[in-house]
Amino acid sequence: VKFGVVRFPGSCDEVDALLACRRFAEAEILWHREHDLLGVDAVVLPGGFSYGDYLRVGAIARFSPVMDAVVEFAREGGPVLGICNGFQVLCEAGILPGALLPNAGLRFLCRQVEVRVGNPDTAFTRACAREERLSLPVKHGAGRFYAPHDALDEIEANGQIALRYAAGHNPNGSARDAAGVTNEAGNVVGLMPHPEHAVDPLTGSTDGGRLFASAVEQVAGRAAVAAA
Amino acid sequence: VARADGGVKVQVLIRPKERILDPQGQAVERALPALGFDGVESVHVGRLVELEVADLDGVDAMCEQLLANPLIEDYEIRAPEAVGVEPEPAPGRGR
Repeated sequence: VKFGVVRFPGSCDEVDALLACRRFAEAEILWHREHDLLGVDAVVLPGGFSYGDYLRVGAIARFSPVMDAVVEFAREGGPVLGICNGFQVLCEAGILPGALLPNAGLRFLCRQVEVRVGNPDTAFTRACAREERLSLPVKHGAGRFYAPHDALDEIEANGQIALRYAAGHNPNGSARDAAGVTNEAGNVVGLMPHPEHAVDPLTGSTDGGRLFASAVEQVAGRAAVAAA
Repeated sequence: VARADGGVKVQVLIRPKERILDPQGQAVERALPALGFDGVESVHVGRLVELEVADLDGVDAMCEQLLANPLIEDYEIRAPEAVGVEPEPAPGRGR
């Protein structure tokens, strides 16, 4: 199993994401100007400030050459994880519903939060139990998940709120306490917390590893189905 | 306003949609009374994008696809006749 971690100009968490992936499988960096994904089995869009967050967070990265391949890969059911800025890019690209707005308190937030697994049937949560609590760090200025009211009802009814901030842990005013959302098929997940910074006991929590382990299970499961 | 090649200068005003929490606007609204400006309400902070284009075709599509995110923002395209000449700066203590 091999992960590909996209490096956009302005990405800053791609090396941590790469090292987190390598605890569970092979992984390599994909440069944003690549037109193909070099045969990777799962894609990670890392955190950072792609293209300086100019115009709107994630707005310009969406048009990077590599994103055509990522959209195609996602459409075919390939696992795609967007972390923080990567989540923002996936929303701008329309692969995930909603948008990320500046934090309700306007401050850049950097803290550990607890999230609950709302949907354990996605490519990045299948190694978790429903309602399991994970301790993950957040660090963002624009992490307030927003979608119009009717869309939120639909997202919620479909089980697309993959991760929710635990009671009292919603740091940014996100609608419905959404910390992470998935597409209808469950193969694409975006989240504001940083699982790649929570894989080593040295930094406190190793809960983030569950997301990468989930993807490895997902890829193995897909391969088994394809072989059958 | 017109370019030598016949292009036009366009302004696109982008605003957070009404009813979406606008913490930037709120912060400005709260700051103004501290300076003695009372009676200020409904402050919203948006963006202005100025561009020169060969013609106006496509500007709406540019807004829909990149300049604004229609899910969270409204935009208004100011056509060349509305842009006009820059007004004289108001007298003040500008630095």
